[in-house]
Amino acid sequence: MAALALFKVFGSGGMQTVTLIPGDGIGPEISTAVMKIFEAAKAPIQWEEKNVTAIKGPGGKWIIPPEAKESMDKNKIGLKGPLKTPIAAGHPSMNLLLRKTFDLYANVRPCMSIEGYKTPYTDVDLVTIRENTEGEYSGIEHTIVDGVVQSIKLITEDASRKIAEYAFEYAKNNQRASVTAVHKANIMRMSDGLFLRKCRQVAENYRDIKFTEMYLDTVCLNMVQDPTQFDVLVMPNLYGDILSDLCAGLIGGLGVTPSGNIGANNVAIFESVHGTAPDIAGLDLANPTALLLSAVMMLRHMGMHDYSKKIETACFNTIRDKKVLTGDLGGKSKCSEFTAEICQRVRDMD
Amino acid sequence: MATVKPLPPPAKYGGRHTVTLIPGDGIGPELLNHVRELFRFSCVPVDFEVVNVCSSTEDDINNAITAIRRNGVALKGNIETLHTLPASHKSRNNLLRTSLDLYANVMHCKSLPGVQTRHNNIDIMIIRENTEGEYSSLEHESVTGVVECLKIITRTNSLRIAEYAFKLAREKGRKRVTAVHKANIMKLGDGLFLQCCREVAAGYPDIAFDAMIVDNTTMQLVSKPQQFDVMVMPNLYGNVVSNVCAGLVGGPGLVPGANYGHDYAVFETATRNTGKSIADRNIANPTAMLLASCMMLDHLKLYDYATMIRNAVLTTMNETRVRLNSPRRCSPHTFHN
Repeated sequence: MAALALFKVFGSGGMQTVTLIPGDGIGPEISTAVMKIFEAAKAPIQWEEKNVTAIKGPGGKWIIPPEAKESMDKNKIGLKGPLKTPIAAGHPSMNLLLRKTFDLYANVRPCMSIEGYKTPYTDVDLVTIRENTEGEYSGIEHTIVDGVVQSIKLITEDASRKIAEYAFEYAKNNQRASVTAVHKANIMRMSDGLFLRKCRQVAENYRDIKFTEMYLDTVCLNMVQDPTQFDVLVMPNLYGDILSDLCAGLIGGLGVTPSGNIGANNVAIFESVHGTAPDIAGLDLANPTALLLSAVMMLRHMGMHDYSKKIETACFNTIRDKKVLTGDLGGKSKCSEFTAEICQRVRDMD
Repeated sequence: MATVKPLPPPAKYGGRHTVTLIPGDGIGPELLNHVRELFRFSCVPVDFEVVNVCSSTEDDINNAITAIRRNGVALKGNIETLHTLPASHKSRNNLLRTSLDLYANVMHCKSLPGVQTRHNNIDIMIIRENTEGEYSSLEHESVTGVVECLKIITRTNSLRIAEYAFKLAREKGRKRVTAVHKANIMKLGDGLFLQCCREVAAGYPDIAFDAMIVDNTTMQLVSKPQQFDVMVMPNLYGNVVSNVCAGLVGGPGLVPGANYGHDYAVFETATRNTGKSIADRNIANPTAMLLASCMMLDHLKLYDYATMIRNAVLTTMNETRVRLNSPRRCSPHTFHN
């Protein structure tokens, strides 16, 4: 199956090259922080920095710079900081462009409660897997008559099957016990019904993973009362957007949430999903946790479990001990101090 | 509840109102039995015309709709929609809402004193457009394996729901209305909705207006729900936000909901759960349905009865500290007042 190829274990011998897209605003400083921490951990990762600001291609269409595309196609793995979406630049959202260029069909967000960063919700440990190419975000809208607008939600058999397969593979490779399909098939019978049918079909091939179905509203209702009952959630685009942000809110927000996008041809881009924070850019105040945890997710994807565990533990221990924390986590330290603390812990582990 | 034009007088003969009662499936019948017992016990001048809706034929739902047209007011449980049935079989609940043009779904989420929750001091009114949007039930398979589902947003309905929200906010002395949308992605559809909200907001300078994208809204709701006052939104986001808010204040068993149109009003639990897994075990929490019946009594202008029953329900919750999810049975709770 195509999905199996995605989890190809990278050789533990040589260095792996990863395309790094620092991004805008606080992007460069948090990227530097991540690179320092990886260096301290002696992770076999070589970084190839690229800029992805859109340029006009030969046909007049907006594309990402060819060197960036080549780099990603060659390395297959990317780490990306926040990109700004300028309003009057003329080109579409950069995130959308990247998604289309590499057919990033699955957005994966593991949400785990961070010990030491208190939120009203404890023991959260779930993963949202969102179909990222179609659904309500197809961008197909028409004004039928003046004052009546129709937006089209597209659900296809292929995309539904692909995301379901990815979800079950992810569950299998990460020792997760159950996958829940989130839908609204009582109202959207044909579209969500198709999505659900595909999930059921794929579930047949993964008998040791429990498969359940739940309405979107029931998930929302139960999520805010007891998030510990959820494990892996798979869903179409819009529900995924809402639920993944809801879950990020449970563990403390976008500043501490990792995210990964999986594409066709084994391409995977891991990213922080927070904004560019222009107000604190360049002031050494940014919190690199989200990008760091995304990088950890990247290491896991590449099969480098030892390094990922080491870096993740160092990060969580730093937050738990509360001695050196950035402003958004309730501390007064600088980004460089926070980074240095994590680096020290990583070195101490060796 | 004030609406744009005055409602026709409700069905009232000899001082007694007649209200349509639709038991529905799952926990609906038992919850509504509690309402009837309580009304009988309290001598409320309301007679119920029971209409059972079975999921298979269209006749039942049409009878129910006719009964509501006749009486003007209804109290209902949720009717199950088996999504294994073909798409031609539309959700009965949806059919009822659209046929009677119950365009506004109103839910008031307030932290209750006797209920332990993670967040306190929540007081949010959610006004959800109830007839169009993603619930238009217009789907087709243009090519095998490719399904299109249409989400319809109209200027008329958007203006209507925005007007309802602002009017209600003003009536209740609320300070701010927040429109929830995803207009950055659905530029035309949600863009139109947002624009209509802005137009209506201009006519209510005493009420602040802002807008928030739906994914950010859910994130804010689980971290700082106290920031929200009145929220207005299209159908699907309303479904998500109302369930999140119900969960925040204590669960589906506590929050009542109301569906208002120009001529009719239907009351039910806010999160519209069928509750099949807990049906017929005497453990379902009747609070939501009892509070919904109080909303119905307010609508019928039977304010004294409404206040009496509401106080009794809330006092019971507070004093006896009947814990949610406790093994206590449902019926003694009902008769405590």
